[in-house]
Amino acid sequence: MFSATYLARRSLATHSRQRLSASLTQHRFYAIANTKDAEIKARIDEKRQASLIGGGQSRIDAQHSKGKLTARERIDLLVDPGTFREYDAFVEHQCTDFGMSSQKITGDGVVTGVGKINGRTTYLFSQDFTSFGGSLSKTFAAKVCKIMDKAMQVGAPVVGLNDSGGARIQEGVDSLAGYAEIFQRNVLASGVVPQISLIMGPCAGGAVYSPALTDFTFMVRGTSYLFVTGPDVVKAVTNENVTQEELGGATPHTKKSGVAHDAFENDVVALARTRELLSYLPQSNRETAAPRYTADPIDRADAALDTLVPADSHKAYDIKDVVGRIVDDARFFEIMPEYARNIVIGFARVGGRSVGIVGNQPLVSSGVLDIDASVKAARFVRFCDAFNIPLVTFVDVPGFLPGTQQEHNGIIREGAKLLYAYAEATVPKIAVTTRKAYGGAQCVMSSKQLRGDVNLAWPTAELAVMGAKGAVEILWRRDPEGRAQAEAEYNRLFANPLPAAQRGYLDDIITPSSTRQRIIEELEILQHKKLSNPAKKHDNMPL
Amino acid sequence: MITPSMLRYAAASATRQTRRHYGSAAATATTGQAAEKTFDKILIANRGEIACRVIRTAKRMGIKTVAVYSDADANAVFVREADEAYRVGPAASSQSYLNVAAIMDAIKQSGAQAVHPGYGFLSENAGFVRELDAAGVAFIGPKEDAMAAMGDKIQSKIIAKKAGVNTIPGYDGVVRDAEHAVEIAEEIGYPVMLKASAGGGGKGMRIAHTAQDVRSGFKLAADEALSSFGDGRILVERFIEEPRHIEIQIIADGRGNVLWLPERECSIQRRNQKVIEEAPSTHLDPDTRRRMGEQAVALARNVGYNSAGTVEFLVDKHRNFYFLEMNTRLQVEHPITEYVTGLDLVEEMIRAAAGLELTTTEQGAVRMDGWAIEARVYAEDPEKYLPSIGTLSRYQEPRSWRQAGDVRCDSGISEGSEISMYYDPMICKLSTHGATRAQAIETMQHALDRYVIRGVTHNIPLLRDVVGNADFGAGRITTAFLGEHYPHGFKGYRLTRESAFELATTAAAIEFVRRARDGAQTGTQASFVVRVPQLQDDGSVARLESTVHLQLANASGEAALQGTNAFVATATNPLADGAAATRETSVTWTVDHPFIETSGGSTLQFLTGLPLGMRVQFMGTKFDVDVVTQRQHELLQHMRAEEAVDTSRLVLAPMPGVIVSVAVAAGDTVAEGEEVAVVEAMKMQNVLRAPRAGVVKTVHVAAGATVGGEDVLIELED
Repeated sequence: MFSATYLARRSLATHSRQRLSASLTQHRFYAIANTKDAEIKARIDEKRQASLIGGGQSRIDAQHSKGKLTARERIDLLVDPGTFREYDAFVEHQCTDFGMSSQKITGDGVVTGVGKINGRTTYLFSQDFTSFGGSLSKTFAAKVCKIMDKAMQVGAPVVGLNDSGGARIQEGVDSLAGYAEIFQRNVLASGVVPQISLIMGPCAGGAVYSPALTDFTFMVRGTSYLFVTGPDVVKAVTNENVTQEELGGATPHTKKSGVAHDAFENDVVALARTRELLSYLPQSNRETAAPRYTADPIDRADAALDTLVPADSHKAYDIKDVVGRIVDDARFFEIMPEYARNIVIGFARVGGRSVGIVGNQPLVSSGVLDIDASVKAARFVRFCDAFNIPLVTFVDVPGFLPGTQQEHNGIIREGAKLLYAYAEATVPKIAVTTRKAYGGAQCVMSSKQLRGDVNLAWPTAELAVMGAKGAVEILWRRDPEGRAQAEAEYNRLFANPLPAAQRGYLDDIITPSSTRQRIIEELEILQHKKLSNPAKKHDNMPL
Repeated sequence: MITPSMLRYAAASATRQTRRHYGSAAATATTGQAAEKTFDKILIANRGEIACRVIRTAKRMGIKTVAVYSDADANAVFVREADEAYRVGPAASSQSYLNVAAIMDAIKQSGAQAVHPGYGFLSENAGFVRELDAAGVAFIGPKEDAMAAMGDKIQSKIIAKKAGVNTIPGYDGVVRDAEHAVEIAEEIGYPVMLKASAGGGGKGMRIAHTAQDVRSGFKLAADEALSSFGDGRILVERFIEEPRHIEIQIIADGRGNVLWLPERECSIQRRNQKVIEEAPSTHLDPDTRRRMGEQAVALARNVGYNSAGTVEFLVDKHRNFYFLEMNTRLQVEHPITEYVTGLDLVEEMIRAAAGLELTTTEQGAVRMDGWAIEARVYAEDPEKYLPSIGTLSRYQEPRSWRQAGDVRCDSGISEGSEISMYYDPMICKLSTHGATRAQAIETMQHALDRYVIRGVTHNIPLLRDVVGNADFGAGRITTAFLGEHYPHGFKGYRLTRESAFELATTAAAIEFVRRARDGAQTGTQASFVVRVPQLQDDGSVARLESTVHLQLANASGEAALQGTNAFVATATNPLADGAAATRETSVTWTVDHPFIETSGGSTLQFLTGLPLGMRVQFMGTKFDVDVVTQRQHELLQHMRAEEAVDTSRLVLAPMPGVIVSVAVAAGDTVAEGEEVAVVEAMKMQNVLRAPRAGVVKTVHVAAGATVGGEDVLIELED
């Protein structure tokens, strides 16, 4: 079934690519044959040529010597060969202050246009660090805004390749206005078309907020930086000595701040991985993600799952092993792998269908929900919901993390975000409880009451207010003698999935080895699910 | 030729692959002799593959089986396959599989009438046999006195001499000290071998070429013997040059029947442990074979042997043979003998223990059909032979190939099983059979290529390389084979001009099909730059680069995502001075499935996609192959090599927590995957494991310490 869809899609892609390259040839022919004035023709050629080399060979060499590619080289690797169509190659800035009228670089520091990624239309802009350091001018911003507007109308993703020194200071408020124009479009496009930002060089000051507003931000290790204020200003204001790398390199942003969703070893890998990520996403919120051919059998039973959860509930296991054994071809595109590792999020396919995976990670802090994990997963759940990507949640959660650090930093508000995200989501939601589901965290993790479509549990599941030990210490507070017996009784009654299943809070208890088949079948049933939230201007999630 | 008994094995193996039908095997696979009464129920005092192996025959004979297991084996395959199972203690074998009292309890509780000891553990423990005798329980093995007589190397040599068996020139008594050893060495002539009297498995062995070697080797050998066997006595004997390890299997019953079976050659050894065995040997002629067989029988008769046993010989290049020792148990490598003789050695042992006759009592009726090879698949790194511990995340055994029953897997694990530090890290004994040696080797190559093992490091790369080696193919082997062919340790399969071309074009074809699946490949042509890493003797990595142009030649004009894709491939070959060659080639593969068959006759395994290529297994060795477009290749030149931070020698705290226990101390040797510490966080205990094998340099924490995330807890030596 998928192979037929897939083949149809592929031949369509081939067809449109051939058309595109045919029209490109015609376009050039027309331009040359009808330009009678040789001087004009020469000027056009000259400008076209100039736009191709940006800031010139010496700056290109400098870019290469830093281990970075140029704006155009990056586009070559991002899109399918021969499919890039550039717009606004002739644009030059209009600034006259500070002698700028004599300094013009055709294209003005950014290459914009549209191309195909794995045969699918994608809008993109690529900032050119060799032209004015990639600094943003009014015209630069206008070029970016133009393709963002088009992407919204057409319904295609926008990929931004960032490598810029920041605002073009000579242009003053025009540059700032340019940023704001882009921010506005980022916000309007949010939830309409997927927006992806690659940070491939500096990205500082106001410039950082455009990536921050997009769905995914990826960095390149060693060559990219993101910060609101750089080390010099930090030193001047707070007297703190810090390097660019320490302040805003890939390591702090992927491990500590969570600003970046992942980092890659170089430009070539980053662009290849971006192509891969896009394959999991639909073109816009009007579509569902395209299925992909898989030869991984739908009914593949994985016997190792039956023994994967350790019998001793104090022993950890890796939820990514569970995910890998269930999804197609063991392929899992993890998002934010280094940040809040107590929860795992990412994309995978089951039976060819793209799904968003959320899983508590028992291997890290028992898979407890804390502020970082809640926010990480909440944003991912909302992305999937916005883009019609079904959610598959693996639950093994001991609760919310206690302590002043968490309480004083607002675990109540931050934890509510994940609760909110699951509750408002209308995409198909399947949850599989593998082991613990305790307390409020149980409610949060895609529970039945949050409109979970199918809530399943493995025989090892324990859905309860808390673990036996904690519960008995409260209930038998005045009778320490009776605790041992009470604990055994509590375990017998509650440390299994039956109480929840008897009340309908679980739809079924399944053999772990059958999980893959069950998820695929349930998603097939749910594919035309219709559910909408009440009409409102917008919601008011606890920010 | 495939014998009925081999087909019995094929049926049993097939049954094992679909375990739920296992129970029916006994009912359907009965032999003529099964009507004779042996035992109703036997207990297997062992674990893993050999326990599974014994259970298989017992079921076929209609005998109920009882397993004993340690805590570490509670979920093991052999426990599931036995009719009953009893826990005998914690993981450590000294407290479980060597715990005679607990095993005697299990015998009592289960009512087992006999015990099969497998190999290792209690299989050659005369004391255990005495206890069984006292309890009136049969031991499926030799009598206590025969076992005791052969168990001591000094005594066994004396008996062998008396029985007219050739022995290595040497000193029969206990060597008093190093000077005495030198004296003896001078007398019998150098080179000499010093070895533990109580030993086995290569421990406590030293070769000495001079008096000085003898003096230094004596102390080391004695120390090692003492620590390994609790017995520091040392033997001195002539060291046989260009030796081959060839052994004779004998089977005997209590009614005076003693037969010798065709020999097994076990010369491919690492550190005196067998790696690859075959039956028969290319080295023996019929006359030598008969003489060795007759001496083995004479020895067995001399001690009143009444079970299966093995007489080991060293054979020099002139086919002089010398008695080494006799193993009074079922040998690890018995499957190859079963292949060529069609006998079931476990069945013969059970019959003998029950007082019945062997199934064959005429020496002349013993068959020698075709050739069989066994490769021991271990969870260990094939370069340094260090064990690897972990979970078998993917595990798929090869199946029969050209003929039913030509591939046999003796294993006791399944996908998801744990290879633990407590026991021998053997994964499987993989055996193949063919009408000729060449066929058996070819089947072995095919089976190794189709063996899927992930989650632990394993030695299939080495096994595959040995069975593909020209000297091995020609039968030019000695016990020094591995050391001579891999003087710097095994570094992985070495590409040749031909195989470099095949790997490069196959990797490009895989990329072509994957891109077609992803919608990134349109049209019927593509060019890729392929780079293949090749580990050099000095440890550096050479990157072999090839430009491959593919023209799809499918009749449909489209790439097939399942099935065969034909290409005309033009590739430059880095091993042929970059010269380009054009060939028609085809690749049969279901996209992202494990096995890739090429028109060149190779089977590759697709392990995983990488951002710029893929990881494949080719000729047994894993290769991370870069497959990039021409444009990616051009632009990759500008990329800086990432500074490789070697974290592999550090064990970091994965999160803030409290150290529950530390399992190692500075100076300890650890295996890859071995537990080094346990950290508790959020009431959950996380086992931290050694990132690689090595020696512990520093331990920075103690139990009870509070640690922060990413704190360095333990460092290994570089």
